Amino acid sequence: METKKLIELLGEKLSSFIVKADKMPNNDLLILIKKESLLSVMDTLKNDLELKFNVLMNHLGVDYTESFAVIYNLYSFKLKKKVTVKAYMEHENPEVDSIESVFKGVNWFERETYDLLGIRFRGHSNLKRLLLPSDWEGHPLRKDYIYPEEYNGLILKREENCK
Amino acid sequence: MTEFALEEMILNMGPHHPSTHGVLRFIVRTDGEMMLRATPDVGFLHRGIEKIAELMPYESFMPYTDRIDYLSSLNCNLGYALTVERLAGIEAPEKAEYLRVIGAELTRIGSHLIAVGALLLDLGAVTPFVHALRERETYNSLMEMLCGARLTHHYVRIGGVAFDAPDGFIEKALSFVNHLEYEFLDEFNKLISFNSILIKRLANVGIITPEKALEFTLVGPNLRGSGIKFDLRKDEPYSIYDRFDFEIPSGSGKFGVQGDAYDRYWVRIEEIKQSCRIVRQAINQMPEHGEIKTKISKPFKIPAGEIYVRTECPRGELGFYLISAGGKTPYRLKIRTGSFSAMTIIEELSEGVMVADLVAIIGSLDVVAPEIDR
Repeated sequence: METKKLIELLGEKLSSFIVKADKMPNNDLLILIKKESLLSVMDTLKNDLELKFNVLMNHLGVDYTESFAVIYNLYSFKLKKKVTVKAYMEHENPEVDSIESVFKGVNWFERETYDLLGIRFRGHSNLKRLLLPSDWEGHPLRKDYIYPEEYNGLILKREENCK
Repeated sequence: MTEFALEEMILNMGPHHPSTHGVLRFIVRTDGEMMLRATPDVGFLHRGIEKIAELMPYESFMPYTDRIDYLSSLNCNLGYALTVERLAGIEAPEKAEYLRVIGAELTRIGSHLIAVGALLLDLGAVTPFVHALRERETYNSLMEMLCGARLTHHYVRIGGVAFDAPDGFIEKALSFVNHLEYEFLDEFNKLISFNSILIKRLANVGIITPEKALEFTLVGPNLRGSGIKFDLRKDEPYSIYDRFDFEIPSGSGKFGVQGDAYDRYWVRIEEIKQSCRIVRQAINQMPEHGEIKTKISKPFKIPAGEIYVRTECPRGELGFYLISAGGKTPYRLKIRTGSFSAMTIIEELSEGVMVADLVAIIGSLDVVAPEIDR
């Protein structure tokens, strides 16, 4: 299916939710939505019989300094097409709905995003740190992250001449 | 007469356990030999590779991709190079693409040899592991010939590869794949694959239905083991994979139920064979002379934009989501790996199995710890 046709089809199904549709450099489709509509968009993309984007390929969060974004990459075996869903949110207390009820496999992905970027997922079943220790302070992938000088007595600061 | 009450015991498996394939910890709740649940605790190898990527130029990040998955470093190099190239609009010369494919498929063979060997070792069969390592030694020497490194290859560069194949490499690679396909695999299968004890340990253990595999975002051989014929080399050809003729093996319940541990084991054995076929075809088609690297501008900058590129690694889909803000360094680079999703399903699979089966499940999913933690 042509990307253009897919844009039309998605426009038909999700017209009220899509803020902007864009082509990525490798002809994949990127749709920008409002974060409030994330769950319903995901549900339509996965369960609509004409779309069937039932594979969650990837999830990530991005810190844009004045805002945060969550990105989901979906794939459809039926259409043999990829779609990227992106939603922005405010930088203060970032929070978004967890899509665990639609894609069960997103559990660890969202935990990782919470761990490294501090985006909270509403309705997540087990929102705990995944990679870092549970008493770690701060979220390292944020752009304004300051490296700690020590952790539980371990010196983490680098010597100047080691750089 | 005393009555014995059922008692739950919490065991700590790892972080340094021989069968956890790296530094990985399981909190195992057992009742005697029965397992109630095994909860993975990851993060011991978290090095912050994604953060490191934001701090250095695109070219300088290449050696770090070796460390994402040390068993298939060349495939990781390739995935990263393709991502950057597609966003920057560069194409590698034809000869470089052939060298990449030969390297990547040889690495897949090397990685699968360790995967099946280590699974058998975990189950108690030491001899087949030594046989697999013997063949991997040839692969290591081949890669040493090609790029000077045996484990972390750093062979692929943005816009091509680092070196041309040295004299004698092609002949040696050809005799290696011929030996594997026509001699070694038969010998190996006779030795262990059809061994009735192995079949008992693997068949009907850790069954993953196709629906479950998709639900838990499994990829690569683990997904194919559940019977879903999906391979990015075929379904979404990158590099020059559309020029080769090969098959996608998938699980069919050879000795048990579709999607059990034996199916995943068998898919890997079959994939070694298919990789041998690809290497042979690539060697035959490869042009003798030609450029091996496109010149890239210095300092290397990429126009602002974002892209998601996925490639087929030995552990399944390796995806790079790259966001560029137009500078010399990535604005954000997310690495999506196969082991990460394979890890999530272990907790679900571990309910109500025997303790000994946990080792078979972990081994058959071919989890490599640094790939989970990055």
